[in-house]
Amino acid sequence: MLQFLVKRLLIAVPTLLGVSILAFSLIRMVPGDPVRLLLGERGGDPKVYQEMRSNLGLDRPIIEQYFLFIGGAVQGDLGKSIHSKQPVIKEFWARFPATVELGVAGLFLAVILGIPMGIVAAVNRSKFPDYFLMGGALVGYSMPIFWWGLILILFFSISLGITPVSGRLSVIYDVDPVTGFLLIDTWLSGAGPAAFFDAIAHLALPAMALGTVPLAAIARMTRSSLLEVLKEDYIRTAKAKGLLAYQVVTKHALRNALIPIVTIVGIMFGSILTGAILTETIFSWPGIGKWLVQSVTSRDYPVIQGGVLLISLMVILVNTFVDFLYHVINPTLRDQL
Amino acid sequence: MRHSFIALAAMAVLAGCTGKKAKDTFVYCSEGSPSLFNPILVTDGTSNDASSRPIFNRLVDFKPGTTEVIPSLATEWEVSQDGKVYTFKLRKGVPFHTTADFTPTREFNADDVIFTFARPQDKENPYNKISGGNYVYFNAMKMGELIKEIKKINDHEVQFVLTQPEAPFLANLAMDFASIHSKEYADKMLEVGTPERVDTNPVGTGPFVFKSYVKDTAIRFEANKTYFAGTPQINKLVFLITPDPSVRFQKLKAGECDFINEPSPTDLKAIKDDPNIKLVSMSGLNVGYLSMNVQKKPFDNVKVRQAVNFALNRESYIDAIYFGNAKVAKNPIPPSMWSYNNEVPGYSYDIEKAKQLLKEAGYADGFETELWALPVSRPYNPNGKKMAELMQADLAKIGIKVKIVTYDWPTYLAKAEKLEHEMLQLGWNGDNGDPDNFLDHLLGCDGVKYGSNNAGWCYKPFDALVKEAKRVTTQAEREALYKKSQQIVFEQAPWVPLAHSTVYRAMRANVSGYTLSPLATNNFDQVVLK
Repeated sequence: MLQFLVKRLLIAVPTLLGVSILAFSLIRMVPGDPVRLLLGERGGDPKVYQEMRSNLGLDRPIIEQYFLFIGGAVQGDLGKSIHSKQPVIKEFWARFPATVELGVAGLFLAVILGIPMGIVAAVNRSKFPDYFLMGGALVGYSMPIFWWGLILILFFSISLGITPVSGRLSVIYDVDPVTGFLLIDTWLSGAGPAAFFDAIAHLALPAMALGTVPLAAIARMTRSSLLEVLKEDYIRTAKAKGLLAYQVVTKHALRNALIPIVTIVGIMFGSILTGAILTETIFSWPGIGKWLVQSVTSRDYPVIQGGVLLISLMVILVNTFVDFLYHVINPTLRDQL
Repeated sequence: MRHSFIALAAMAVLAGCTGKKAKDTFVYCSEGSPSLFNPILVTDGTSNDASSRPIFNRLVDFKPGTTEVIPSLATEWEVSQDGKVYTFKLRKGVPFHTTADFTPTREFNADDVIFTFARPQDKENPYNKISGGNYVYFNAMKMGELIKEIKKINDHEVQFVLTQPEAPFLANLAMDFASIHSKEYADKMLEVGTPERVDTNPVGTGPFVFKSYVKDTAIRFEANKTYFAGTPQINKLVFLITPDPSVRFQKLKAGECDFINEPSPTDLKAIKDDPNIKLVSMSGLNVGYLSMNVQKKPFDNVKVRQAVNFALNRESYIDAIYFGNAKVAKNPIPPSMWSYNNEVPGYSYDIEKAKQLLKEAGYADGFETELWALPVSRPYNPNGKKMAELMQADLAKIGIKVKIVTYDWPTYLAKAEKLEHEMLQLGWNGDNGDPDNFLDHLLGCDGVKYGSNNAGWCYKPFDALVKEAKRVTTQAEREALYKKSQQIVFEQAPWVPLAHSTVYRAMRANVSGYTLSPLATNNFDQVVLK
């Protein structure tokens, strides 16, 4: 197992190097530089402009800038944001927990609803529940998040008035970030159950908006994977020995059908980090998605290159973990660990 | 059964949790996150709203709702005959804020004024390079070249000696970047090795004391109980960061905010129809314009420029682009600004005259050109692309074939500064209410060098007038000069002045005491919640 992990992490090194080169060079290929943006409509004395560029180290040769960046990165220093002048790592950790909290909640919704939906559809193949659920899944899969988010706000927050419109916590609760996960911090700070449930109420709509696409994908994957398994001989055997239909599905079929589902959940976690960008913008969710979008529009080079590197690292870690799980679930692969 | 009970209970809890807020708390749904809490380092209104306005004061301030300069940390001042020496008497008994980082041992005095201006000006100052060391506004207003020295006469009197007379100097001192900092706090932070905290955990003299900032989420302030102009009525001030304008409006409707910034023009009708919401508006201190690059053919010909002015049906843009929330412009400065020349006739929409002028210029069959469409939505021009299409149709009527071009914002700015364009949409929001801030900055010869005059128009008779207006100190003399200069802009037509847009703010009906500033900043020190 140790060998498996070491191997996977060694493969991550060239991946991260590639990502760092891409993130570093792509944003610099886009025209327009951060100093120009700071100056805005106002223009500026060419002398001042040059001085500002040199204060930010942007006047150095591009290769030197890259090696400064990567040299710092190896030592855990990703530079300082041009916008906020704060270390990128600090800025990242101030926002990452919010994205994880949202992503986990969205994925949780997707899994607990998606898998049963897929099972019901598979068991009732080509009958009404199948058409209904898979039709719904198709709609969910094609839903633009920004539109869906606003519809959720209009319905639940404005018409029904049961959830807050946006944000993570009502203003009356002043919770200092300890872990950054509000569902935990509300307890740690002693704000109590009311604040905890307030945080859940704030989490509900963005998690629904973010979870919809993965939910649809998981439901569809569960259905097709289960249908595949239900054709197998051992299922016929199980039925033949007189097991009840639900026993056949839950005890025999689902376990084998689960392998591709775990894979897709793992992949979805990566895509949830990107889906979070839109969701976070609509629901004013203070996570890394919104942060990165802002940094692209303001050409905050250190944030873009550092942020992308950190997110890639997180996705690699999650994928490694999923691969690991995959090997645990699938006995034929277990001896490879 | 048990499950449905849990679900019901959860719903009940959720229902109890929506949009809670306490009564003495004023919640402002703001449009973005501040970059830093030091006005001298920032350039955006969002950061200034969160730092300069609640936390700090300046030597002089703008009277609420106007751009008139009034005493603030300076109670009175004298200007020498030659206009080069400004002597300020400082207010006594003004304490700086007490925060978690800092307890002041002395009150505001001349040392604080000297420190505030030494930081950006003196390269040897230990704070000069802290937090990036870029002082955009200080440099843009040429304060470094202008201030020769600042003398401390005694603890409560300072003297600014300038290198040349500069009439807009007082108005510059009322701008956000000139907010006064505590030297004692800065010294202490330097001593403990965390000088950058001065820029993230601010200490000022203003109406509100900074409490906390959770990134991208909320900024919290408390009323300054020792504020020299009187303790604010609201006890707690919260900035709830809500970037999407439609979401801001929904939160206002749901009562989760008391006040929102910059409502979307498409929501204005719904806001007006809602009895629980008040809308306030003011003609903004801005101008949207189309500049013609006079350094390129055929725009080097004044008749061509005048023809374009006659050809554009600007009335129609007010409805289509601004939803009626703007006025057609005829001068580069807005009508609410002193020295506005109402005698200038302006160009009406007149296709025949336009054709005639083109013919006289030798372009009877028109010509082909490029028009750059503004890539961002700005109050002075909310939809550059759509406006460019309307302009294209208008200009086609006199035979000018327009190709619409656009770039992303930083590129657009960079190329515009290099005068790569032929026709270009841009605009300006006033900084300090002084006509110099529009006329010299956007149309003077220095602006061609510095990239703020993107018509590339350096016209000596005009430049002489606006430079002279900086040197004379009485407002009447300056006014006469600026009026003349506007007449020249009209005749020479380097721009098509497009519109002055209206600025809006929306708030719950129980909010009173808010005064909209023509500079579009937000001050909450006078706000009352009923």
